[in-house]
Amino acid sequence: MSSTIDDSKRIIINPVTRIEGHGKVSLYLDDNNKVVQARFHIIEFRGFERFIKGRPYWEMPVAVQRLCGICPVSHHLAAAKAMDMVVGADTLTPTAEKMRRLMHYGQILQSHSLHFFHLCSPDLLFGFDADPEIRNVIGVAKKHPELAVQGVMMRKYGQELIKATAGKKIHGTGAIPGGINKNLSIEERDTFLKEIDKITGWARSAVKIARDYTMEHLEELKDFGSFESNHTSLVREDGAMDLYHGRLRSIDADGNKIIDDIDYTNYLDYIAEEVRDWSYMKFPFIKSLGPEKGWYRVGPLARVNACDFIDTPEAEEARKVFMSLTKGKPNNITMAYHWARMIEILHAVEKIKDLLNDADLQGNDLVVIGERREEGIGLIEAPRGTLFHHYRVNEDDQVVMANLIVSTTNNNEPMNRAVQGVARDHLSGKEITEGLLNSIEVAIRAYDPCLSCATHAMGKMPLVVELFDSYNNLIDRKVKN
Amino acid sequence: MTTSKAERRLNLNKILILGYGNPAREDDALGPAVAGEIEKLCIQGVTVDSNYQLNVEDSAAIAEYDTVVFVDAASEGEEPFSFYPIKPRITESFLSHSVEPELVYGLSRELFGAKTGAYMLGVRGYSFGMFRENLTEGARENMKEAVRFLTEILKSGSFDRFAKNR
Repeated sequence: MSSTIDDSKRIIINPVTRIEGHGKVSLYLDDNNKVVQARFHIIEFRGFERFIKGRPYWEMPVAVQRLCGICPVSHHLAAAKAMDMVVGADTLTPTAEKMRRLMHYGQILQSHSLHFFHLCSPDLLFGFDADPEIRNVIGVAKKHPELAVQGVMMRKYGQELIKATAGKKIHGTGAIPGGINKNLSIEERDTFLKEIDKITGWARSAVKIARDYTMEHLEELKDFGSFESNHTSLVREDGAMDLYHGRLRSIDADGNKIIDDIDYTNYLDYIAEEVRDWSYMKFPFIKSLGPEKGWYRVGPLARVNACDFIDTPEAEEARKVFMSLTKGKPNNITMAYHWARMIEILHAVEKIKDLLNDADLQGNDLVVIGERREEGIGLIEAPRGTLFHHYRVNEDDQVVMANLIVSTTNNNEPMNRAVQGVARDHLSGKEITEGLLNSIEVAIRAYDPCLSCATHAMGKMPLVVELFDSYNNLIDRKVKN
Repeated sequence: MTTSKAERRLNLNKILILGYGNPAREDDALGPAVAGEIEKLCIQGVTVDSNYQLNVEDSAAIAEYDTVVFVDAASEGEEPFSFYPIKPRITESFLSHSVEPELVYGLSRELFGAKTGAYMLGVRGYSFGMFRENLTEGARENMKEAVRFLTEILKSGSFDRFAKNR
């Protein structure tokens, strides 16, 4: 720790509201009460590797869903992809891959809908500094009831797709090593098709809301927690956005490719993780650039920046408009995550419609098995960004090693930088104002971090704000229950 | 043919039991565990659902019922459980991807015109920290008591008689 930090005053915000888990923000001030460093602490998934070690590999796609109550489908599919490798299923049957994709697009739809309509829209519709009594989802429901209903119904549609493809909401069993355990019935298909045009219309409107908001507030947003960064995601072999499968690509802030066309099973040759003594969560970086310059963003903003095109027409048009703002260069505005997220919603809905009209979903060839391997690696573009699952399996079919890099871990450094930037611009004196608190939350929320390792049981989630002087004496403390 | 008062209530009432929690986080599993036990009883007019978390789309489902009972683990408070009516309100602890029952209930009324009555069954748990698929012994006993209690209520069709206001 540097002397600057030793001499500084420390402000702790714990946890950040509207984000799960025990997120904690510590701000370090110098003698002039200026922010010199921000630390966004997250309690990571401790003990999970032990939980799954020794279990049979075929249990993994179900077992890993216990990891996270927020994005169980992403873990389900990433583990299934890793176990495809273990059972030697190098190419799935068309029915299996398309069912999994349908499940995944349903997950993208429901997750992005929740985030945009019910978490970030209060900030966007009412302003960051609006009265908290109004700036919430009930406020949106009262003032913009149609929008709120659309958000709920889009999310519900995504959840129903997950149920139809994964089997159930808790402990879905749809994806299995080598394939899928069910197809989509004609009845199920027709139920979804009845609603898809309405959902597409709502997705189109969502893109417009996010785009218009960003353009109208560009002056205030462009510097809000923003910074130049690298961007990492999977892309299809031809450079198209692909949220389910692809090859690793990282670009720099100007759009130059740092790594490209990488088989993700070789990810350890390109990605490493730094440990810092103050955080449970690691800091991933691109090896060739080192930890100082190799950190990167993942998620919607990174994906839209990194791909060459989107293979669905309406989302591609939306992407072109998005990229024109920065003249084709990567967009590094943190708050542009929301716009990118809505482009992905539109893309997911277009993909869902295409899949529902594909007769392969009613196929009966569900599983393939090949030569057994001892290692499995599965990557997927989860709603919040690239998710890595890596396992080793012994001769007795037991998992002996698991390494997971979740999306929120990939965004660790960027979230810290976003918080630092916002705090530097909004903190004055020693007072933690409501405006400062919410600005920090708005910056973190842009990344939609998932801190769901913490349980949610009743009575677990106060917001604690603590202020320490340079001698570590507590001089102020605020708690929101 | 005549029906008893209780049977008439059951015929009139559609009841939703909504258990939530992570089955792999020790006593956080209490919500789904109680819901699972109630589901086995196949009580007429009672629909049971479970999930890791409550969420906004539950507001649409709630509007289709006369009564909803949220079942969750409680990290503090009464043993073996508490049962009380809830009111719609904006909750300070609205966390990004999970939603408090009061807020879901409020959304069901605001967005979908729900006339549903809502109750909370908070079953006391003791340990939530580890990835472990077993309830603690104390929580298991509390769960049994809660299931007995909820079964009695569901069969009687009377909720307010058993609920303590907070």
